[in-house]
Amino acid sequence: MKIRVIEDNCQGHNRCKAIAPDLFDLDEIGNASAANDGVVPPGQEEMARLAVENCPEFAIEIIEE
Amino acid sequence: MSEEQRPVEDWASDFDIFDPDYVKDPGPVWDELRSKCPIAHTERWGGAWMATRYDDLRELVRMVPELSSRSPVVVPLPPQMREEAIAEMKMYGTENPPITADPPEHKPYKQLILPFFTPTAVEGYRQFTENLAHELIDRIIDKGEGDAAEDYAQQIPPRVIAQMLGIDPGRGAEFTEWTRGVLEIGQTDPEARRKYRTIIRDFFAELITQRRAEPADDMISRLIAAEVEGKPLNDHTISGICFLLLVAGIDTTWSSIGSSLWHFAGHAEDRRRLAAEPELFPTAIEEMLRFYAPVMMARKVTAPVEIGDKALCPGDKMILNFPAGNRDPEVFDRPDEVVLDRERNRHVAFGLGIHRCAGSNLARMEMDVALRVWFERIPEFELSDPDAVTWAGGQVRGPRSVPVRFSVS
Repeated sequence: MKIRVIEDNCQGHNRCKAIAPDLFDLDEIGNASAANDGVVPPGQEEMARLAVENCPEFAIEIIEE
Repeated sequence: MSEEQRPVEDWASDFDIFDPDYVKDPGPVWDELRSKCPIAHTERWGGAWMATRYDDLRELVRMVPELSSRSPVVVPLPPQMREEAIAEMKMYGTENPPITADPPEHKPYKQLILPFFTPTAVEGYRQFTENLAHELIDRIIDKGEGDAAEDYAQQIPPRVIAQMLGIDPGRGAEFTEWTRGVLEIGQTDPEARRKYRTIIRDFFAELITQRRAEPADDMISRLIAAEVEGKPLNDHTISGICFLLLVAGIDTTWSSIGSSLWHFAGHAEDRRRLAAEPELFPTAIEEMLRFYAPVMMARKVTAPVEIGDKALCPGDKMILNFPAGNRDPEVFDRPDEVVLDRERNRHVAFGLGIHRCAGSNLARMEMDVALRVWFERIPEFELSDPDAVTWAGGQVRGPRSVPVRFSVS
């Protein structure tokens, strides 16, 4: 699975980081980007889906299932 | 005030965010509005629209610059004070950036304060918050009763933000009084709003002078040293930012902690479940934020826009009712139920878009500590007098008195 953060949508709510800390990096103002080039390690797919579905800005998308 | 307090007959065309029954339990009105008239209107309190559907709220926050944040308070100032405020703004710039700023002015101020509020930054105040929570419980635990709002929830946010700003946490009670003066009482009493605003401004003006002479390792000193677009900030802007940082996190977070304790005091099943399954704290806190979201914000219309079947005109006020959006059945399964293990929770308690609450991580940390410490020390508690519970409403909604009793083994 691969995910990405739509930079223009992210407002730094940090829900993704709280839910799936290994899948996201935060910059100095708290905006997120996908860690590891967006590659979701096996076993963390459900966490990635939860991060997507808890983002109030709809800023995360799954680009490869 | 009396004229404004007449009962509401038609919520769609004459809503009143200060209606006492609405303040106690706004859910039924939100349901009615969402299904019948999702963009409601009122002539009360200066006149305003109010959006209640999740998708409309998402659309409205993106209407920038057509919807301006220069006056995000729900109840406008009376004309004379508004003119004073405009004159001041012309002289010094936006009053409390970033919350009162629009693009392009907004972004550098938001970027200036956000580093203070990242998850890592606020973790630095967890221990302070925990110690404080324990001290507060120590004061009531042997009595077997206390006020979960006044003795506990209310006491935490002012002291934590004071610690962050570099001002004396021992003056927390004063900071609470000032904040209520501006945000709670000040909503319907412009003189109080002006009085407390001046007190806060003067307090920070003096501190800024002190810190310029003797910098410390605190937020005020860092704001003094900071630059926006290559220029240092003037004292009026720094005190405006400090004003925002002080008042924005006090009765809001206190409302969230208080609503949560009120909920658990009155819902034994949820209380026992959370006490037995502490691994639910993360989802339970988000669910409290969803269900009891305390804050609404307003925007000023600056250019004609349409939302739903309504046409907004320049000069109109639009209230963004994020708490109502959080119970929208189009988005949330079982929206009117508190579900402690709700895994999919895209709530908008902290707003959306560029004006997303800068202090959301701080609020979450304070809620997490406040609830965990309370449950650890007082897992069994109940309302001692449900009729004595009081609520504040309007821009910020939350309980102001929650008498509880408990027996601790």
